[in-house]
Amino acid sequence: MKTTLSISVAAALCATSAMAETPTLNVMTYDSFVSDWGPGPAVEAAFEEICNCDLVFTGAGDGAALLARLQLEGKGSDADVVLGLDTNLTAAARATGLFAPHGVSAELDLPISWDDAEFLPFDWGYFAFVGNAGEDAATSLKALAESDAKILIQDPRSSTPGLGLLMWVKAAYGDEAADVWAALADNIVTVTPGWSEAYGLFLEGEADAVLSYTTSPAYHLIAEEDDSKVAWAFDEGHYMQVEVAGKLAGTDQPELADQFLAFMVSDGFQSIIPTTNWMYPAKLPAEGLPAGFETLVTPNKALLLSSDAAAAARDGALEEWRAALSQ
Amino acid sequence: MIQKLPAWLAMALVLGLTLGTLAAVGWRAELGRGLSAADWAAVRFTITQAIMSAMLSVVLAIPAARALARRSFRGRRILITLLGAPFLLPVIVAVLGLLAVFGRGGVINSALAAVGLPQISIYGFWGVVLAHVFFNLPLAVRLILQGWQAIPAERFRLVASLNGSVFRLLEVPMLARVVPGAALVIFLICLTSFAVALTLGGGPRATTVELAIYQAIQFDFDLGRAALLACIQFGLGLSAAFVAWQVTPTQGMGRGMDRIVQRWDQGRAAVDAAALSLVALFLLLPLAMVVLRGVPGLIEMPSAVWAAAGRSIMVATGSAGLCVVLAVALSLRGGVAVSVIGVMPLAASGLVMGTGLFVLVYPFVSPRSVALPVTILVNATLALPFAVRAIGPAVADVKADYGKLAESLGMQGWNRLRIVVFPRIRRPLGFAAGLAAALSMGDLGVITLFAGEAQETLPLAMYRLMGSYRMEAAAGAGLLLLALSLLLFWLCDQGGRRDADA
Amino acid sequence: MLTLDGLRIFLGAFQLSANLTVQPGITAIIGPSGGGKSTLLAAIAGFQDGAAGRVLWQDQDITDAAPGARPISTLFQDNNLFPHLTIAQNVGLGLRPDLKLSQTDLLAVAEALRAVGLDGMEQRKPAAMSGGQQSRAALARLLVADRPVVLLDEPFAALGPGMRAEMLALVREKLVGRTVLMVTHDPDDAQRAADQVILVSAGVAAPPVPTQELFADPPEALKAYLGK
Repeated sequence: MKTTLSISVAAALCATSAMAETPTLNVMTYDSFVSDWGPGPAVEAAFEEICNCDLVFTGAGDGAALLARLQLEGKGSDADVVLGLDTNLTAAARATGLFAPHGVSAELDLPISWDDAEFLPFDWGYFAFVGNAGEDAATSLKALAESDAKILIQDPRSSTPGLGLLMWVKAAYGDEAADVWAALADNIVTVTPGWSEAYGLFLEGEADAVLSYTTSPAYHLIAEEDDSKVAWAFDEGHYMQVEVAGKLAGTDQPELADQFLAFMVSDGFQSIIPTTNWMYPAKLPAEGLPAGFETLVTPNKALLLSSDAAAAARDGALEEWRAALSQ
Repeated sequence: MIQKLPAWLAMALVLGLTLGTLAAVGWRAELGRGLSAADWAAVRFTITQAIMSAMLSVVLAIPAARALARRSFRGRRILITLLGAPFLLPVIVAVLGLLAVFGRGGVINSALAAVGLPQISIYGFWGVVLAHVFFNLPLAVRLILQGWQAIPAERFRLVASLNGSVFRLLEVPMLARVVPGAALVIFLICLTSFAVALTLGGGPRATTVELAIYQAIQFDFDLGRAALLACIQFGLGLSAAFVAWQVTPTQGMGRGMDRIVQRWDQGRAAVDAAALSLVALFLLLPLAMVVLRGVPGLIEMPSAVWAAAGRSIMVATGSAGLCVVLAVALSLRGGVAVSVIGVMPLAASGLVMGTGLFVLVYPFVSPRSVALPVTILVNATLALPFAVRAIGPAVADVKADYGKLAESLGMQGWNRLRIVVFPRIRRPLGFAAGLAAALSMGDLGVITLFAGEAQETLPLAMYRLMGSYRMEAAAGAGLLLLALSLLLFWLCDQGGRRDADA
Repeated sequence: MLTLDGLRIFLGAFQLSANLTVQPGITAIIGPSGGGKSTLLAAIAGFQDGAAGRVLWQDQDITDAAPGARPISTLFQDNNLFPHLTIAQNVGLGLRPDLKLSQTDLLAVAEALRAVGLDGMEQRKPAAMSGGQQSRAALARLLVADRPVVLLDEPFAALGPGMRAEMLALVREKLVGRTVLMVTHDPDDAQRAADQVILVSAGVAAPPVPTQELFADPPEALKAYLGK
């Protein structure tokens, strides 16, 4: 209600030509971030309380579409901040030359060290196969490949989790990745264009497990009081997804953008993340994680290729994947 | 003049949205890496599945259309409307409905398991074809049914008096005329398939050209390759259209007086009943599952979904209106150019269209500020091939039957449209408007590129719900979408029928 | 006075020429099938593309005028009434092509309907009338339109002989003073109703000849057509 009120107040102000009084910060992000049930509305309300500005989120498809959208807009982009890229995309994002250093030095709570000058994490998670509690759970990628469990995965060419799995196999098995894919081929029910389709199919009972996140069971537990979903812990370790934001060099609101990035790693933003984006906050808020998160599996090893390594590996890994699954 | 200017505008719009956006994408392209072997594999797969889907849809549609054409029974009209529903559904809603029937945990496999039979799998090449047939069989039935209904009653009487074979003398020539066109449309629709092919295809073997375009734009930002692939897609579409026109006999069926068709070859009722029941079961069972899954979700839906529904209705109404205006303008002009225009939007890549529009619009206005108008424009254009197909022949009939009379009475321009043309094409007009509205309701195309805060349409809201784990609420939104699409279609279609005598 | 001045119509290999003047009264156009009778009528009405020469009415060139702008009313072989309009509306179109009929217009329509014997049938749709009644309604529109030239392209061909004779009598009675051109393939119709006859054969439309004169001493072409 407050949001609606502040929007209508802002609209009224615009109408009375007081536009210059309230600066606007444009943040481009992925779709599910801005939706009413995503973090967007709460983040907007929290930031607008302290910034004396109008925060406008623009949704641009999913994570991959976000980068394409930014490249389409190029230097002329209205956006001041881009939020929602992951480490598999940051090399390409950096190569556009559109980003400026974020200048924030915060103690982050990531399982890995972070020292990227342009991109600042706001949340992270581990990819994992999510299955039903009480059913046989594979304990490693190899074991999964040898089992006759049926899984749903996403296409690495159109979805970020799909790309994440590609990197997971590559990071865990390097040159043997192609063999692992060949062994996994008969476990894969189908490959969906995006996360939503795969997860929907899984809930319909189309497979024993779906590629998602270790945090996915938290949604069912907290929002639906349903503890029937579990993530499978794998011996090889789990590949991470680190979601980042960056400031655009062409912003006309550099101070506001800096303020937003600083706010992004503060409690006001971070405490919203766990139960709206269903990921781990990049900086643990003072009150800690919401009840229920302690039940989630914690991988013994975090895998992550550096953004440059991920970019370098991508095309080759994609070809291995395609060849193995086209047999 | 009144007939020429709108037709030119309509053609300019279609060309701009198809070839223009393609050119815009190509123009923004930097040096790409050209087509790979994987891209060519995608082209091959695309053609194979599209041909198979088109052929199967048409073959299965013939007995059903024949049954509908020669039987009158209670609920026939409702059945025809309901049979049209799959065509209007957003892809993911329909896929989930299909899976509830044919999937691993679906009705059929549960039944097979109960009696100890081996399971069937919907995933793979035949899964893709099955889904495409599910989507397009209704369209094929419609188009072929129209062919049957266009056979004048006098012909049936003539054949009966000659004691000849209705099948050989009337139905085969009619099918030869109607089937290639119907198969072409379905081929074109399947040509640009993306989510169905991928979701049910089971893996990268089932990569279509549209997915390759998606990858080129979204993952590689290789606009040159995207434009190249889109050109190939266009080439395939236009070649298919050319082949279809070549094999379609051009002579008309002639027209008879508009009496109720009485036939003397009723054949075996059981055959017709079986054909209809099978098709109805195949099409309606998944729909029923959509409804069943959706009902509990209705109460879970956040209020934003209702706002999105309102926005979708607005967009659908706008694009339906625009679409019929364009279709009437094009139909009044007629000619080969119109036939080509009627194919172009089907062969266009939705993603290239959206991206190209974005490139064109972005330097001038914020895409967000034009999201809904652009969506209306694009949706109207995408429905245009179907609208022209419905309205074109009716307008041609009016021209042939009453053109000279109107001319000799000095009825020009708007007067002629108002007094002669519109009343005589009310049925196809209502049908086309309903189809355009429903297609627009379910469309999830350019809106994803353009929509900002508080601009989401119902399908987009549904997708966003799914993206936030809210599968149940999304199922509710899917049901709402199905209901609203059917309602809009029914209202328009009914409006066209209301006291439309003679 | 309707004048066809060096009119030539090209239809593929077929050519029809006419150089003649038609006076008020009823003029029948007869000749063998496919000889170009209807084509001639279409050229006069303004529907024939690819024609050379001039069409004049009262010495005014109307060659380039749109069909609706010519001083001409036409009855076609069929489809003379719009099935979705009432009889009153169909007739009213002869007065106002935009159908915005005033009270006076409606009175004129009622009057015309009475004149053709369709008293009180204003609100009927064509489908609810017999073929003869439909012909009468079309005739009523000619009456209200009040254009000096009337072209009849065999509009009564589908009627029975009795009904046809009745309609021709009605035409004679109601269209007095107008220049009526009537295509027919029944020489009896021509003899019964026409003051003069244009014979169309071998690509030429001959100037009109008084009916009795023509049939009393038919030229070779007519003899062949009549089978005499």
